[in-house]
Amino acid sequence: MLRGGVKLSWLPILTVLALLGPVLAGLAGTIAPALGWLPGAGQARLSLDAFHALLDWPGFMDAARLSVVTGIGATVLSLALVTLICAGWAGTPAFRWLEKLLSPLLAVPHAAAAFGIAFLIAPSGWIVRAMSPWLTGWDQPPDLLIVQDPYGFALMAGLVAKEVPFLLLMTLAALGQADAPRSLAVARALGYRRVSGWLKAVFPRVYAQIRLPVYVVLAYSMSVVDVAVILGPNTPPTLSVQITRWMSDPDLAFRLQAAAGALVQLALVLGAMAFWRLGEFAVGWLARRWVRTGHRGAADPLAQGVGLFAAVAAASAIILGLLGLAIWSFAGFWSFPNLLPDGFTMRSWDRHIPGMLAAMWETFVLAAAATSIALVLVIGCLEAEHRYGFRPSNRAVWLLYLPLIVPQIAFLPGLQTLLLVSGADMGRWPVVAAHLVFVLPYVFLSLADPFRAWEPRFGTIGAALGAGPDRVLWRIRLPMLIAPVLTAFAVGFAVSVGQYLPTLLVGGGRVVTLTTEAVALAAGGDRRAIGVYGLAQTLASFLPFAMALLIPALLWRNRMGMRDA
Amino acid sequence: MKLSTIIAALGLAAMPSLVLADTDPADWPAVTAAAKGQEVFWNAWGGSTTTNDFLAWVGQRVSEEYGVTLTHVKLTDTADAVSRVLAEKAAGQDTGGAIDMIWINGANFAAMKEQDLLFGPFAEQLPNWAVVDVDGKTVQTDFTVPVEGYESPWAMAQVVFIHDTARLADPLPSMNALLEWSKSNPGRFTFPQPPDFLGSTFLKQALIDLTDDASPLQAPATDENYASVTAPLWDFLEELTPTLWRQGRAYPQTGPRQLQLIADGEIDLAISFSPGEASTAIANFQLPETARTFVLDKGTLGNASFVAIPYNSSATEGAMVVANFLLSPEAQARAQDPSILGYGTVLNMDALQDDQQAAFDALDLGVATLTPAQLGTALPEPHPSWMTRIEADWIIRYGVSE
Repeated sequence: MLRGGVKLSWLPILTVLALLGPVLAGLAGTIAPALGWLPGAGQARLSLDAFHALLDWPGFMDAARLSVVTGIGATVLSLALVTLICAGWAGTPAFRWLEKLLSPLLAVPHAAAAFGIAFLIAPSGWIVRAMSPWLTGWDQPPDLLIVQDPYGFALMAGLVAKEVPFLLLMTLAALGQADAPRSLAVARALGYRRVSGWLKAVFPRVYAQIRLPVYVVLAYSMSVVDVAVILGPNTPPTLSVQITRWMSDPDLAFRLQAAAGALVQLALVLGAMAFWRLGEFAVGWLARRWVRTGHRGAADPLAQGVGLFAAVAAASAIILGLLGLAIWSFAGFWSFPNLLPDGFTMRSWDRHIPGMLAAMWETFVLAAAATSIALVLVIGCLEAEHRYGFRPSNRAVWLLYLPLIVPQIAFLPGLQTLLLVSGADMGRWPVVAAHLVFVLPYVFLSLADPFRAWEPRFGTIGAALGAGPDRVLWRIRLPMLIAPVLTAFAVGFAVSVGQYLPTLLVGGGRVVTLTTEAVALAAGGDRRAIGVYGLAQTLASFLPFAMALLIPALLWRNRMGMRDA
Repeated sequence: MKLSTIIAALGLAAMPSLVLADTDPADWPAVTAAAKGQEVFWNAWGGSTTTNDFLAWVGQRVSEEYGVTLTHVKLTDTADAVSRVLAEKAAGQDTGGAIDMIWINGANFAAMKEQDLLFGPFAEQLPNWAVVDVDGKTVQTDFTVPVEGYESPWAMAQVVFIHDTARLADPLPSMNALLEWSKSNPGRFTFPQPPDFLGSTFLKQALIDLTDDASPLQAPATDENYASVTAPLWDFLEELTPTLWRQGRAYPQTGPRQLQLIADGEIDLAISFSPGEASTAIANFQLPETARTFVLDKGTLGNASFVAIPYNSSATEGAMVVANFLLSPEAQARAQDPSILGYGTVLNMDALQDDQQAAFDALDLGVATLTPAQLGTALPEPHPSWMTRIEADWIIRYGVSE
């Protein structure tokens, strides 16, 4: 352990403040108006009126049910799919190919993916066009309620396509620590087929590691707004979408109702998590009985096939959706059932690029600021951990996940109300602080392992040559870790680019980014405009990833030992 | 009404107007002299590329002509600007406010006027008021509320229906004809989901067309007459809704979304509040070239867009100069050009000089745009209280029914 150098012990505390400060302040700012306290709107009397108003809204039960059913449904499906993929294919060439196919899709912003999927599956969408009229006989689209169906199936499909890449990456990281290949080899030696062996011997250990990410998926799917606006129903919408509408109402009195709704949403998420925890016990109990039966897995080939098919379907949905957006952005008139536009034009890009530049700049500034701050805090924390021997406890990991588990819709409205009441002008910097809350955990998760895995003897050699800890950090450790640092930056950047609700609510509608524009345009339904903005948004998240690959390659073009570090 | 709730919430009592115009609007040379060098912050909805471009052009022209610098503050909702003026009044900021001019009409205007948040009267003193079509266009009342010079008109909007003639060849003369057509062609019509502005407009348009006596709509709705006056509307919707696109279980969320649905072949008929929208959309590949527009035989709803000046504007004279420029034949002809904006003019053609008229006559209104004669006289908007109640009722009956 090295001593001396710049004092870093305060950084972890600052990091916790940056993470939890806005969440706790936001929750306080939600609870107070929900109980009737909102001086800005002349309300300063404790009461449960807001909850009565919420319950009186005729769509309340349906909206709440939708949130719960789509959230749990999307999580179960995503987890089942990822498990099947890993169980059926881990360690095979097909698996490495799937991994390469799915990982970049993590960077595709949710909103862009949702637009793309909407165009694929709509009754006038690409899939139906591909089969019409020669197969279906339809020369006009069938009147079927596919997108925005009242059961939320389209919403669930969109969520699953986006959550599978996330859970898969989390599972891959966990697999490394689960001693999977050897366990599976033993199981196979005992005559278990591939899927059954993996489920029985490897899955329990992997699941323990990915439990928190699964809860993140659950909380996110239950309370998502942008995807639900695009793919979810509207008669009524999900609870979080309705809360967002109330929050944007110029009548401040609706904020009380929105705050009450946000607390109900939080309770629903916590309830669903408790339900999920019970489900874990139940599945565990059933699975132990299943293990004891000793079945070697007759249905295995089927399970393997389903897993592969579903993974390819999820990836294709996003990739084809993006391709569809790209074509729309260059399309002239494009009628049903033509598979391609009647003509191509640059008109959409010419029209939208001038207006897009400001949004692009804002997106870039917010993402660069939030990610840089996050990177400094994370490197500071990890270096402090290294220098002073702090070891993050289990509870500290929970802290990291807290902003991802508390639904955004539960604390962002409160944060907005607080800013409004305190008279702080909404603008760029509060939005950066809000983005930081979501960027920080991802930057930490993606940098922590490589940072900790760095060979400390390089540092010892440096110290022996007279370098202090700061010099070791700046001249040896960070340069050697440039690839993971840049990757962490890219992950953080992509997370910031994709933020819809924090930008909209904390920015008070005045901070305009590619994502807020794209979601606003989605309501307008002009697919050419959506195509232009969706592509720009996707490019903005991909660019840092490309740089994270390119810069180390350039820096180390003459360093053999760093080539595949 | 929403805004009145805010006003009540902020504890504001109606106060006598504090307006002390630095310059008499009638003394036009003094107004232009004072306006020179002023910076005008125009708060206007910024959701459309074409309007934004038009406002930028206005800024360029008033800068050349009058030395007024115009800045477009892009709003997502006009009520934001109203809230801001209210907040300034609550904070005692009676001069030097952040907003100098607002694109406004309807409920927002009614609320601001009622609370003495507006500068004026000034509109009828503007030099170009002389060429405004006071008799033919509803420019002196705004959703039944008397304007009294507190806002200046600059564009006319009127309800039209866009149809794809390839699939629905002939215009529909009435709401009952629309219902019959929708019954025999189920799934081919829908409207934006109320409380979207255009969706609510469809409900009002239906009521006006169905009712035998539209006169109660010009006064506030009362508990006594509401049910009986709106009964024809609910009977109509009870029959229409099951025949709508997706059986009325889903609705487009905005007006423009309907255009995409027509282009996709999902619907054949849509409502619009802009007679030129279809022509512009055809030019932008958003509608098939077979799209056309029509109005109902008994006429359709129309209203004017206005600009108003907050009582605490820091550039009152500059704002009046802009309002007057918006009424110039030059600006009006440009706004009516469908390749620019496609908004209806508020001017009286007979009051213009020949060369000015010629500029309007030379406009190619676009293949799908009706001539002013075909549009006919616009029907007046009902009192805002009708819309509020109908919207709330629609949401309970159809908006959360799944």
